[in-house]
Amino acid sequence: MSTLQAEVVVGGVASGPIVVLDEALSFWGGFDSATGAIVDAHHPQVGVNLAGTVVVVRSGRGSSSASSVIAEAARLGTGPCALVMRDADEIIATGAIVADELYGHVLPVLLIDEAAWPALAGAQRASISLDGVIKLD
Amino acid sequence: MALTLNDADQALLRGELGDGVAFAMRVVTRVAQAMGARDLLDIVGAHIDSCLYHGPSGLDFVRRLAQGGAQVQVPTTLNVSSLDLLHPELYRGDATFAAEARELMQGYESLGCEPTWTCAPYQRMDRPAFGDHVAWAESNAIVFANSVLGARTHRYGDFIDICAALTGRAPAAGLHLDEERRGTVVCELHGVRDALLDSDVLAPVLGYVVGAEAGSQVPVIVGMPPAQPEHRLKALGAAAASSGGVGMFHMVHSTPEAPDLATALHGGKAHRSVVIDIDRLNQARRELSTGVGQPLGAVCLGTPHYSIDEFEILVNLIGGRAAHRDVAVYVNTSRAIWNEVSLRGWARVLTEARVQPVTDTCSYITPVMAPFEGTAMTDSAKWAHYAPGNIGVTVHFASIESCVESAVAGHTVIVDDERWFPQ
Repeated sequence: MSTLQAEVVVGGVASGPIVVLDEALSFWGGFDSATGAIVDAHHPQVGVNLAGTVVVVRSGRGSSSASSVIAEAARLGTGPCALVMRDADEIIATGAIVADELYGHVLPVLLIDEAAWPALAGAQRASISLDGVIKLD
Repeated sequence: MALTLNDADQALLRGELGDGVAFAMRVVTRVAQAMGARDLLDIVGAHIDSCLYHGPSGLDFVRRLAQGGAQVQVPTTLNVSSLDLLHPELYRGDATFAAEARELMQGYESLGCEPTWTCAPYQRMDRPAFGDHVAWAESNAIVFANSVLGARTHRYGDFIDICAALTGRAPAAGLHLDEERRGTVVCELHGVRDALLDSDVLAPVLGYVVGAEAGSQVPVIVGMPPAQPEHRLKALGAAAASSGGVGMFHMVHSTPEAPDLATALHGGKAHRSVVIDIDRLNQARRELSTGVGQPLGAVCLGTPHYSIDEFEILVNLIGGRAAHRDVAVYVNTSRAIWNEVSLRGWARVLTEARVQPVTDTCSYITPVMAPFEGTAMTDSAKWAHYAPGNIGVTVHFASIESCVESAVAGHTVIVDDERWFPQ
Protein backbone atom coordinates (compact mmCIF):
# COMPACT_ATOMS: atom_id res chain seq x y z
CA MET A 1 0.00 0.00 0.00
CA SER A 2 1.22 3.52 -0.76
CA THR A 3 -0.24 6.95 -0.18
CA LEU A 4 -0.36 10.19 -2.17
CA GLN A 5 -1.23 13.69 -1.07
CA ALA A 6 -3.59 15.40 -3.50
CA GLU A 7 -4.87 18.97 -3.64
CA VAL A 8 -8.52 19.10 -2.63
CA VAL A 9 -10.89 20.86 -5.06
CA VAL A 10 -14.10 19.38 -3.65
CA GLY A 11 -13.55 17.52 -0.39
CA GLY A 12 -15.05 14.21 0.62
CA VAL A 13 -14.47 10.58 1.60
CA ALA A 14 -14.71 7.81 -0.99
CA SER A 15 -13.19 4.50 -2.01
CA GLY A 16 -13.46 2.25 -5.02
CA PRO A 17 -11.64 0.52 -7.86
CA ILE A 18 -9.41 2.79 -9.94
CA VAL A 19 -10.09 3.44 -13.62
CA VAL A 20 -7.27 5.38 -15.29
CA LEU A 21 -8.45 7.07 -18.49
CA ASP A 22 -5.87 7.33 -21.26
CA GLU A 23 -7.51 10.42 -22.78
CA ALA A 24 -9.53 13.39 -21.57
CA LEU A 25 -13.26 12.76 -21.24
CA SER A 26 -16.22 15.07 -21.73
CA PHE A 27 -18.95 13.79 -19.44
CA TRP A 28 -21.55 15.31 -21.76
CA GLY A 29 -21.55 13.46 -25.04
CA GLY A 30 -18.90 11.08 -23.73
CA PHE A 31 -20.63 9.41 -20.77
CA ASP A 32 -24.14 8.01 -20.42
CA SER A 33 -25.64 8.92 -17.03
CA ALA A 34 -28.31 6.22 -17.47
CA THR A 35 -25.75 3.39 -17.54
CA GLY A 36 -22.44 4.84 -16.29
CA ALA A 37 -20.64 3.84 -19.49
CA ILE A 38 -18.25 5.86 -21.66
CA VAL A 39 -20.02 6.42 -25.01
CA ASP A 40 -17.56 8.76 -26.77
CA ALA A 41 -16.87 6.95 -30.04
CA HIS A 42 -13.51 8.77 -30.26
CA HIS A 43 -12.39 7.68 -26.76
CA PRO A 44 -10.02 4.67 -26.52
CA GLN A 45 -11.98 3.33 -23.50
CA VAL A 46 -15.45 3.56 -25.03
CA GLY A 47 -17.71 1.03 -23.31
CA VAL A 48 -15.91 1.08 -19.92
CA ASN A 49 -18.32 1.57 -16.99
CA LEU A 50 -17.37 4.25 -14.46
CA ALA A 51 -20.09 3.68 -11.84
CA GLY A 52 -18.62 3.59 -8.32
CA THR A 53 -15.03 3.95 -9.52
CA VAL A 54 -12.26 6.39 -8.68
CA VAL A 55 -11.74 7.94 -12.11
CA VAL A 56 -8.21 9.16 -12.80
CA VAL A 57 -8.09 11.47 -15.82
CA ARG A 58 -5.69 14.21 -16.84
CA SER A 59 -8.32 16.73 -17.94
CA GLY A 60 -11.90 17.34 -18.96
CA ARG A 61 -12.99 18.51 -22.37
CA GLY A 62 -15.02 21.48 -23.42
CA SER A 63 -18.68 20.90 -22.83
CA SER A 64 -20.41 23.02 -20.20
CA SER A 65 -23.12 20.37 -19.86
CA ALA A 66 -20.68 18.06 -18.05
CA SER A 67 -21.80 19.67 -14.77
CA SER A 68 -25.39 18.57 -15.39
CA VAL A 69 -24.41 15.06 -16.43
CA ILE A 70 -22.31 14.62 -13.27
CA ALA A 71 -25.20 15.79 -11.08
CA GLU A 72 -27.65 13.52 -12.89
CA ALA A 73 -25.28 10.55 -12.56
CA ALA A 74 -24.96 11.33 -8.84
CA ARG A 75 -28.77 11.30 -8.52
CA LEU A 76 -28.95 7.95 -10.32
CA GLY A 77 -25.90 6.40 -8.61
CA THR A 78 -24.23 5.70 -11.96
CA GLY A 79 -21.32 8.14 -11.64
CA PRO A 80 -17.76 7.81 -10.35
CA CYS A 81 -17.29 7.87 -6.55
CA ALA A 82 -14.32 10.24 -6.92
CA LEU A 83 -12.40 12.11 -9.61
CA VAL A 84 -8.64 12.50 -9.52
CA MET A 85 -7.36 14.92 -12.16
CA ARG A 86 -4.12 16.57 -13.20
CA ASP A 87 -5.63 19.75 -14.68
CA ALA A 88 -8.23 21.72 -12.74
CA ASP A 89 -11.65 21.61 -14.40
CA GLU A 90 -14.27 23.83 -12.78
CA ILE A 91 -17.04 22.41 -14.97
CA ILE A 92 -16.55 19.02 -13.34
CA ALA A 93 -16.09 20.56 -9.87
CA THR A 94 -19.36 22.49 -10.27
CA GLY A 95 -21.25 19.26 -10.97
CA ALA A 96 -19.81 17.74 -7.78
CA ILE A 97 -20.67 20.84 -5.70
CA VAL A 98 -24.28 20.91 -6.94
CA ALA A 99 -24.69 17.15 -6.36
CA ASP A 100 -23.76 17.85 -2.75
CA GLU A 101 -25.98 20.93 -2.37
CA LEU A 102 -29.03 19.26 -3.94
CA TYR A 103 -28.75 15.68 -2.76
CA GLY A 104 -26.01 15.58 -0.11
CA HIS A 105 -24.13 13.33 -2.55
CA VAL A 106 -20.40 13.52 -1.84
CA LEU A 107 -18.15 13.32 -4.91
CA PRO A 108 -14.56 14.28 -4.06
CA VAL A 109 -12.57 16.01 -6.81
CA LEU A 110 -8.80 16.06 -6.31
CA LEU A 111 -5.75 17.31 -8.22
CA ILE A 112 -2.47 15.43 -8.51
CA ASP A 113 0.81 16.10 -10.29
CA GLU A 114 1.82 14.20 -13.40
CA ALA A 115 4.56 12.60 -11.24
CA ALA A 116 1.92 10.68 -9.29
CA TRP A 117 0.53 9.08 -12.44
CA PRO A 118 2.53 5.81 -12.43
CA ALA A 119 1.51 5.03 -8.83
CA LEU A 120 -2.16 5.57 -9.66
CA ALA A 121 -1.92 3.61 -12.89
CA GLY A 122 -0.31 0.69 -11.05
CA ALA A 123 -2.91 0.45 -8.26
CA GLN A 124 -6.20 -1.46 -8.15
CA ARG A 125 -8.16 0.49 -5.55
CA ALA A 126 -8.04 3.92 -3.93
CA SER A 127 -9.40 5.27 -0.64
CA ILE A 128 -9.72 9.04 -0.36
CA SER A 129 -9.86 11.01 2.88
CA LEU A 130 -11.32 14.44 3.55
CA ASP A 131 -7.86 16.08 3.57
CA GLY A 132 -6.93 14.69 0.15
CA VAL A 133 -4.80 11.70 1.15
CA ILE A 134 -5.18 8.89 -1.38
CA LYS A 135 -4.39 5.38 -0.11
CA LEU A 136 -3.59 2.97 -2.92
CA ASP A 137 -3.61 -0.80 -3.02
CA MET B 1 -5.84 31.45 0.09
CA ALA B 2 -9.20 32.43 1.52
CA LEU B 3 -12.18 33.87 -0.33
CA THR B 4 -13.28 37.29 0.91
CA LEU B 5 -16.94 38.20 0.51
CA ASN B 6 -18.13 41.80 0.69
CA ASP B 7 -21.15 42.94 2.74
CA ALA B 8 -23.54 42.62 -0.20
CA ASP B 9 -22.33 39.06 -0.95
CA GLN B 10 -22.86 38.10 2.69
CA ALA B 11 -26.35 39.60 2.67
CA LEU B 12 -27.25 37.39 -0.29
CA LEU B 13 -25.83 34.36 1.52
CA ARG B 14 -27.99 35.19 4.54
CA GLY B 15 -31.06 35.15 2.32
CA GLU B 16 -31.94 38.84 2.04
CA LEU B 17 -33.13 38.25 -1.55
CA GLY B 18 -34.75 34.92 -0.69
CA ASP B 19 -33.81 31.29 -0.32
CA GLY B 20 -33.21 30.70 -4.03
CA VAL B 21 -30.65 33.51 -4.29
CA ALA B 22 -28.99 32.35 -1.06
CA PHE B 23 -28.64 28.87 -2.57
CA ALA B 24 -27.18 30.44 -5.74
CA MET B 25 -24.70 32.47 -3.70
CA ARG B 26 -23.61 29.35 -1.82
CA VAL B 27 -22.86 27.63 -5.15
CA VAL B 28 -20.96 30.71 -6.41
CA THR B 29 -18.81 30.82 -3.25
CA ARG B 30 -18.08 27.09 -3.32
CA VAL B 31 -17.08 27.21 -6.99
CA ALA B 32 -14.98 30.31 -6.29
CA GLN B 33 -13.19 28.40 -3.52
CA ALA B 34 -12.65 25.43 -5.83
CA MET B 35 -11.09 27.85 -8.36
CA GLY B 36 -8.86 29.42 -5.71
CA ALA B 37 -10.47 32.87 -6.09
CA ARG B 38 -9.82 35.54 -3.44
CA ASP B 39 -12.80 37.70 -4.38
CA LEU B 40 -15.91 37.79 -6.50
CA LEU B 41 -16.41 40.36 -9.25
CA ASP B 42 -19.45 42.03 -10.84
CA ILE B 43 -20.68 40.70 -14.16
CA VAL B 44 -22.68 42.59 -16.81
CA GLY B 45 -24.37 39.60 -18.44
CA ALA B 46 -24.80 35.84 -18.43
CA HIS B 47 -25.52 33.02 -20.86
CA ILE B 48 -27.13 29.89 -19.43
CA ASP B 49 -26.48 26.34 -20.61
CA SER B 50 -28.44 24.71 -17.76
CA CYS B 51 -31.71 24.96 -19.76
CA LEU B 52 -30.80 21.88 -21.83
CA TYR B 53 -32.51 18.88 -20.23
CA HIS B 54 -30.38 16.00 -18.95
CA GLY B 55 -32.75 14.50 -16.39
CA PRO B 56 -34.73 15.27 -13.22
CA SER B 57 -31.74 16.75 -11.38
CA GLY B 58 -32.03 19.78 -13.68
CA LEU B 59 -35.63 20.31 -12.59
CA ASP B 60 -34.73 19.80 -8.92
CA PHE B 61 -32.09 22.49 -9.33
CA VAL B 62 -34.22 25.13 -11.06
CA ARG B 63 -37.07 24.60 -8.58
CA ARG B 64 -34.62 25.15 -5.74
CA LEU B 65 -33.45 28.42 -7.33
CA ALA B 66 -36.98 29.68 -7.93
CA GLN B 67 -37.78 29.68 -4.20
CA GLY B 68 -38.48 33.18 -2.95
CA GLY B 69 -39.10 34.70 -6.37
CA ALA B 70 -35.44 34.85 -7.50
CA GLN B 71 -34.76 36.95 -10.62
CA VAL B 72 -31.58 37.41 -12.61
CA GLN B 73 -29.60 40.55 -11.73
CA VAL B 74 -28.08 41.04 -15.22
CA PRO B 75 -29.32 40.56 -18.83
CA THR B 76 -29.25 36.80 -19.35
CA THR B 77 -29.64 34.74 -22.52
CA LEU B 78 -30.57 31.06 -22.77
CA ASN B 79 -28.70 28.36 -24.66
CA VAL B 80 -30.23 25.70 -26.89
CA SER B 81 -32.88 23.55 -25.24
CA SER B 82 -33.98 20.00 -25.99
CA LEU B 83 -36.98 21.14 -28.03
CA ASP B 84 -37.63 23.08 -31.23
CA LEU B 85 -40.62 25.17 -30.23
CA LEU B 86 -41.05 26.59 -33.75
CA HIS B 87 -41.00 23.17 -35.45
CA PRO B 88 -42.46 20.81 -32.81
CA GLU B 89 -43.53 18.32 -35.46
CA LEU B 90 -39.87 17.32 -35.93
CA TYR B 91 -39.58 15.81 -32.43
CA ARG B 92 -39.40 12.00 -32.42
CA GLY B 93 -38.48 11.41 -28.80
CA ASP B 94 -40.27 10.38 -25.65
CA ALA B 95 -43.28 12.52 -24.64
CA THR B 96 -42.44 12.47 -20.93
CA PHE B 97 -38.90 13.63 -21.64
CA ALA B 98 -40.29 16.44 -23.82
CA ALA B 99 -42.70 17.56 -21.09
CA GLU B 100 -39.89 17.66 -18.53
CA ALA B 101 -37.61 19.48 -20.98
CA ARG B 102 -40.36 22.07 -21.54
CA GLU B 103 -40.80 22.50 -17.80
CA LEU B 104 -37.06 23.14 -17.46
CA MET B 105 -37.22 25.79 -20.19
CA GLN B 106 -40.16 27.50 -18.45
CA GLY B 107 -38.28 27.33 -15.16
CA TYR B 108 -35.42 29.39 -16.59
CA GLU B 109 -37.80 31.85 -18.25
CA SER B 110 -39.50 32.34 -14.86
CA LEU B 111 -36.13 33.45 -13.42
CA GLY B 112 -36.10 36.36 -15.89
CA CYS B 113 -33.84 34.89 -18.59
CA GLU B 114 -34.52 35.84 -22.24
CA PRO B 115 -35.88 32.89 -24.27
CA THR B 116 -33.20 33.16 -26.96
CA TRP B 117 -32.57 29.38 -27.20
CA THR B 118 -29.26 29.64 -29.02
CA CYS B 119 -25.69 28.42 -28.55
CA ALA B 120 -24.50 31.51 -30.46
CA PRO B 121 -25.70 34.45 -28.32
CA TYR B 122 -22.89 36.49 -29.84
CA GLN B 123 -24.72 36.55 -33.19
CA ARG B 124 -26.89 39.40 -31.94
CA MET B 125 -26.57 43.17 -31.83
CA ASP B 126 -26.18 43.49 -28.06
CA ARG B 127 -23.12 41.45 -27.28
CA PRO B 128 -20.55 42.09 -24.56
CA ALA B 129 -17.90 44.71 -25.23
CA PHE B 130 -14.13 44.26 -25.08
CA GLY B 131 -13.11 43.87 -21.43
CA ASP B 132 -16.63 43.24 -20.08
CA HIS B 133 -16.89 40.54 -17.41
CA VAL B 134 -19.69 38.05 -18.08
CA ALA B 135 -20.58 34.53 -16.92
CA TRP B 136 -21.15 32.45 -20.01
CA ALA B 137 -21.62 28.73 -20.26
CA GLU B 138 -21.73 26.68 -23.51
CA SER B 139 -18.22 25.86 -24.60
CA ASN B 140 -18.33 27.47 -28.05
CA ALA B 141 -19.88 30.66 -26.67
CA ILE B 142 -17.23 30.87 -23.94
CA VAL B 143 -14.39 30.57 -26.42
CA PHE B 144 -16.00 33.11 -28.78
CA ALA B 145 -16.60 35.65 -26.00
CA ASN B 146 -13.03 35.47 -24.77
CA SER B 147 -11.20 35.08 -28.06
CA VAL B 148 -13.18 37.07 -30.62
CA LEU B 149 -15.02 39.67 -28.53
CA GLY B 150 -12.30 40.15 -25.91
CA ALA B 151 -14.98 39.89 -23.21
CA ARG B 152 -14.01 37.93 -20.10
CA THR B 153 -15.64 34.75 -18.88
CA HIS B 154 -14.21 31.67 -17.30
CA ARG B 155 -15.18 28.23 -18.63
CA TYR B 156 -18.44 27.99 -16.75
CA GLY B 157 -20.51 24.85 -16.67
CA ASP B 158 -24.18 24.36 -16.00
CA PHE B 159 -25.53 25.58 -12.62
CA ILE B 160 -22.81 28.15 -11.90
CA ASP B 161 -24.00 30.11 -14.97
CA ILE B 162 -27.46 30.82 -13.54
CA CYS B 163 -26.10 31.20 -9.99
CA ALA B 164 -23.84 33.99 -11.27
CA ALA B 165 -26.80 35.59 -13.10
CA LEU B 166 -29.01 35.51 -9.98
CA THR B 167 -26.30 37.08 -7.81
CA GLY B 168 -24.59 39.28 -10.42
CA ARG B 169 -21.28 37.89 -9.17
CA ALA B 170 -18.62 35.52 -10.45
CA PRO B 171 -15.28 34.23 -9.11
CA ALA B 172 -12.40 36.65 -9.77
CA ALA B 173 -10.30 33.84 -11.19
CA GLY B 174 -9.43 31.97 -14.34
CA LEU B 175 -9.99 33.72 -17.66
CA HIS B 176 -11.34 36.84 -15.92
CA LEU B 177 -7.73 37.65 -14.96
CA ASP B 178 -5.08 39.17 -17.26
CA GLU B 179 -2.42 36.58 -16.49
CA GLU B 180 -4.70 33.63 -17.27
CA ARG B 181 -5.34 35.02 -20.75
CA ARG B 182 -1.70 34.76 -21.76
CA GLY B 183 -1.03 32.43 -24.66
CA THR B 184 0.97 29.38 -23.56
CA VAL B 185 0.94 26.95 -26.50
CA VAL B 186 2.05 28.25 -29.91
CA CYS B 187 0.40 26.36 -32.79
CA GLU B 188 2.16 27.20 -36.04
CA LEU B 189 0.52 26.28 -39.31
CA HIS B 190 2.99 25.10 -41.97
CA GLY B 191 2.91 23.78 -45.52
CA VAL B 192 -0.77 24.43 -46.23
CA ARG B 193 -1.91 25.39 -49.75
CA ASP B 194 -3.29 28.88 -50.28
CA ALA B 195 -6.56 27.37 -51.53
CA LEU B 196 -7.04 25.74 -48.13
CA LEU B 197 -6.00 28.87 -46.23
CA ASP B 198 -8.68 30.74 -48.17
CA SER B 199 -11.48 28.26 -47.49
CA ASP B 200 -14.07 27.83 -44.74
CA VAL B 201 -13.24 24.13 -44.30
CA LEU B 202 -9.83 24.74 -42.71
CA ALA B 203 -11.04 26.43 -39.51
CA PRO B 204 -12.97 23.52 -37.93
CA VAL B 205 -10.20 21.02 -38.73
CA LEU B 206 -7.48 23.34 -37.45
CA GLY B 207 -9.55 23.97 -34.31
CA TYR B 208 -9.91 20.24 -33.72
CA VAL B 209 -6.11 19.82 -33.86
CA VAL B 210 -5.48 22.93 -31.72
CA GLY B 211 -7.87 21.67 -29.02
CA ALA B 212 -6.15 18.29 -28.90
CA GLU B 213 -2.74 19.97 -28.64
CA ALA B 214 -3.68 22.69 -26.14
CA GLY B 215 -5.94 20.74 -23.76
CA SER B 216 -7.10 23.38 -21.29
CA GLN B 217 -4.27 25.85 -22.01
CA VAL B 218 -4.50 29.02 -24.12
CA PRO B 219 -3.25 28.36 -27.68
CA VAL B 220 -1.84 31.00 -30.01
CA ILE B 221 -2.39 30.23 -33.70
CA VAL B 222 0.24 31.53 -36.11
CA GLY B 223 0.23 31.30 -39.90
CA MET B 224 -3.39 32.07 -40.79
CA PRO B 225 -4.18 34.96 -43.17
CA PRO B 226 -5.09 38.15 -41.25
CA ALA B 227 -8.59 39.32 -40.29
CA GLN B 228 -10.36 35.96 -40.43
CA PRO B 229 -14.16 36.36 -40.54
CA GLU B 230 -16.23 35.59 -37.46
CA HIS B 231 -17.86 32.45 -38.83
CA ARG B 232 -14.44 30.82 -39.21
CA LEU B 233 -13.29 31.88 -35.75
CA LYS B 234 -16.57 30.47 -34.41
CA ALA B 235 -16.02 27.11 -36.14
CA LEU B 236 -12.42 26.96 -34.95
CA GLY B 237 -13.29 27.72 -31.33
CA ALA B 238 -16.19 25.27 -31.25
CA ALA B 239 -13.92 22.50 -32.54
CA ALA B 240 -11.11 23.35 -30.09
CA ALA B 241 -13.60 23.25 -27.20
CA SER B 242 -14.77 19.79 -28.35
CA SER B 243 -11.43 18.03 -28.75
CA GLY B 244 -9.95 19.93 -25.79
CA GLY B 245 -10.99 22.13 -22.91
CA VAL B 246 -10.01 25.37 -24.64
CA GLY B 247 -11.74 28.45 -23.17
CA MET B 248 -9.78 31.01 -25.16
CA PHE B 249 -7.46 31.11 -28.16
CA HIS B 250 -5.45 33.81 -29.83
CA MET B 251 -5.03 34.01 -33.59
CA VAL B 252 -2.30 36.43 -34.57
CA HIS B 253 -3.68 39.27 -36.74
CA SER B 254 -7.29 38.13 -36.23
CA THR B 255 -8.27 38.19 -32.55
CA PRO B 256 -8.24 41.42 -30.52
CA GLU B 257 -5.66 40.40 -27.91
CA ALA B 258 -3.21 39.11 -30.55
CA PRO B 259 -2.02 41.96 -32.81
CA ASP B 260 1.28 40.04 -32.86
CA LEU B 261 2.77 36.92 -31.29
CA ALA B 262 4.66 38.74 -28.53
CA THR B 263 1.49 40.50 -27.36
CA ALA B 264 -0.46 37.23 -27.32
CA LEU B 265 2.31 35.74 -25.15
CA HIS B 266 2.20 38.84 -22.86
CA GLY B 267 5.88 39.34 -23.61
CA GLY B 268 6.75 35.96 -22.10
CA LYS B 269 7.68 32.58 -23.47
CA ALA B 270 5.31 29.84 -24.53
CA HIS B 271 5.34 26.60 -22.53
CA ARG B 272 5.30 24.68 -25.78
CA SER B 273 5.34 25.18 -29.55
CA VAL B 274 3.87 22.76 -32.04
CA VAL B 275 3.91 22.72 -35.80
CA ILE B 276 0.62 21.77 -37.47
CA ASP B 277 1.24 20.52 -41.00
CA ILE B 278 -1.04 19.15 -43.69
CA ASP B 279 -0.51 15.55 -42.50
CA ARG B 280 -1.74 16.41 -39.03
CA LEU B 281 -4.77 18.21 -40.49
CA ASN B 282 -5.60 15.26 -42.72
CA GLN B 283 -5.28 12.92 -39.74
CA ALA B 284 -7.85 15.04 -37.87
CA ARG B 285 -10.16 14.96 -40.89
CA ARG B 286 -10.01 11.17 -40.81
CA GLU B 287 -10.71 11.10 -37.06
CA LEU B 288 -13.81 13.22 -37.59
CA SER B 289 -15.15 11.03 -40.40
CA THR B 290 -16.44 7.67 -39.18
CA GLY B 291 -18.75 7.08 -42.15
CA VAL B 292 -16.64 7.63 -45.27
CA GLY B 293 -17.69 5.28 -48.08
CA GLN B 294 -21.20 4.73 -46.72
CA PRO B 295 -24.21 5.92 -48.71
CA LEU B 296 -25.34 9.46 -47.92
CA GLY B 297 -28.50 9.72 -45.81
CA ALA B 298 -28.49 13.24 -44.38
CA VAL B 299 -26.65 16.55 -44.35
CA CYS B 300 -26.46 18.51 -41.08
CA LEU B 301 -25.32 22.14 -41.00
CA GLY B 302 -25.34 24.83 -38.33
CA THR B 303 -23.37 23.64 -35.30
CA PRO B 304 -22.89 26.13 -33.70
CA HIS B 305 -26.06 27.86 -34.90
CA TYR B 306 -25.70 29.32 -38.39
CA SER B 307 -25.17 33.07 -38.72
CA ILE B 308 -26.54 35.39 -41.41
CA ASP B 309 -23.18 35.23 -43.21
CA GLU B 310 -23.29 31.43 -43.26
CA PHE B 311 -26.87 31.45 -44.60
CA GLU B 312 -25.73 33.79 -47.38
CA ILE B 313 -22.95 31.35 -48.30
CA LEU B 314 -25.42 28.44 -48.23
CA VAL B 315 -28.05 30.20 -50.36
CA ASN B 316 -25.42 31.18 -52.93
CA LEU B 317 -23.99 27.65 -53.11
CA ILE B 318 -27.46 26.14 -53.57
CA GLY B 319 -28.04 28.57 -56.45
CA GLY B 320 -31.72 27.81 -56.97
CA ARG B 321 -31.32 24.02 -57.01
CA ALA B 322 -32.93 21.60 -54.53
CA ALA B 323 -31.72 18.74 -52.38
CA HIS B 324 -32.22 15.21 -53.70
CA ARG B 325 -35.28 13.36 -52.31
CA ASP B 326 -33.12 10.65 -50.72
CA VAL B 327 -31.09 13.09 -48.59
CA ALA B 328 -32.59 14.99 -45.65
CA VAL B 329 -30.91 18.38 -45.12
CA TYR B 330 -31.05 20.18 -41.77
CA VAL B 331 -29.68 23.55 -40.75
CA ASN B 332 -29.64 24.60 -37.08
CA THR B 333 -30.00 28.24 -36.13
CA SER B 334 -31.55 30.58 -33.60
CA ARG B 335 -35.09 31.89 -33.90
CA ALA B 336 -33.64 35.43 -34.11
CA ILE B 337 -31.39 34.60 -37.07
CA TRP B 338 -34.14 32.53 -38.73
CA ASN B 339 -36.41 35.56 -38.47
CA GLU B 340 -33.82 37.64 -40.29
CA VAL B 341 -33.37 34.86 -42.86
CA SER B 342 -37.12 35.03 -43.46
CA LEU B 343 -37.10 38.82 -43.79
CA ARG B 344 -34.38 38.55 -46.45
CA GLY B 345 -36.53 36.12 -48.44
CA TRP B 346 -34.08 33.25 -47.96
CA ALA B 347 -36.43 31.09 -45.87
CA ARG B 348 -38.60 30.54 -48.96
CA VAL B 349 -35.53 29.79 -51.09
CA LEU B 350 -34.31 27.23 -48.53
CA THR B 351 -37.72 25.61 -48.14
CA GLU B 352 -37.96 25.22 -51.92
CA ALA B 353 -34.49 23.69 -51.81
CA ARG B 354 -35.84 21.09 -49.31
CA VAL B 355 -33.64 22.42 -46.49
CA GLN B 356 -35.28 21.88 -43.07
CA PRO B 357 -34.57 24.57 -40.47
CA VAL B 358 -34.10 23.46 -36.85
CA THR B 359 -34.38 26.29 -34.32
CA ASP B 360 -34.06 26.54 -30.52
CA THR B 361 -32.10 23.27 -30.38
CA CYS B 362 -29.60 21.29 -32.45
CA SER B 363 -29.87 18.16 -34.57
CA TYR B 364 -27.32 16.23 -32.47
CA ILE B 365 -28.75 16.78 -28.99
CA THR B 366 -32.37 15.79 -29.45
CA PRO B 367 -34.19 13.34 -31.77
CA VAL B 368 -35.36 15.55 -34.62
CA MET B 369 -33.78 13.82 -37.62
CA ALA B 370 -35.91 11.33 -39.54
CA PRO B 371 -34.35 7.83 -39.57
CA PHE B 372 -32.04 7.33 -42.54
CA GLU B 373 -29.73 4.73 -44.05
CA GLY B 374 -26.02 5.46 -44.32
CA THR B 375 -23.99 8.36 -43.04
CA ALA B 376 -24.61 12.04 -42.20
CA MET B 377 -22.41 14.67 -43.82
CA THR B 378 -21.56 17.87 -41.94
CA ASP B 379 -19.32 20.90 -42.23
CA SER B 380 -19.03 21.10 -38.43
CA ALA B 381 -16.20 19.47 -36.50
CA LYS B 382 -18.25 19.85 -33.32
CA TRP B 383 -21.21 18.00 -34.82
CA ALA B 384 -18.85 15.34 -36.21
CA HIS B 385 -17.26 14.92 -32.78
CA TYR B 386 -20.45 14.56 -30.71
CA ALA B 387 -23.11 13.09 -33.03
CA PRO B 388 -21.82 9.47 -33.02
CA GLY B 389 -22.02 9.27 -29.19
CA ASN B 390 -25.19 11.33 -28.83
CA ILE B 391 -27.48 10.06 -31.57
CA GLY B 392 -25.67 6.95 -32.85
CA VAL B 393 -24.88 8.03 -36.40
CA THR B 394 -21.74 7.81 -38.50
CA VAL B 395 -20.36 11.04 -39.92
CA HIS B 396 -18.60 12.26 -43.02
CA PHE B 397 -16.97 15.61 -42.28
CA ALA B 398 -16.62 17.73 -45.43
CA SER B 399 -16.60 21.32 -46.69
CA ILE B 400 -19.83 23.29 -47.09
CA GLU B 401 -19.29 23.12 -50.86
CA SER B 402 -19.16 19.30 -50.70
CA CYS B 403 -22.18 19.21 -48.37
CA VAL B 404 -24.28 21.21 -50.82
CA GLU B 405 -23.17 19.31 -53.94
CA SER B 406 -23.75 15.97 -52.19
CA ALA B 407 -27.21 17.03 -51.00
CA VAL B 408 -28.18 18.04 -54.53
CA ALA B 409 -26.71 14.93 -56.16
CA GLY B 410 -28.11 12.50 -53.58
CA HIS B 411 -24.73 10.86 -53.06
CA THR B 412 -21.29 11.87 -51.81
CA VAL B 413 -19.60 14.47 -54.01
CA ILE B 414 -16.26 15.87 -52.79
CA VAL B 415 -15.37 19.27 -54.20
CA ASP B 416 -11.84 20.69 -54.38
CA ASP B 417 -10.21 17.86 -52.43
CA GLU B 418 -6.80 18.89 -53.84
CA ARG B 419 -6.86 21.69 -51.26
CA TRP B 420 -5.82 19.01 -48.78
CA PHE B 421 -2.75 17.88 -50.75
CA PRO B 422 0.73 18.85 -49.53
CA GLN B 423 1.93 22.24 -50.68
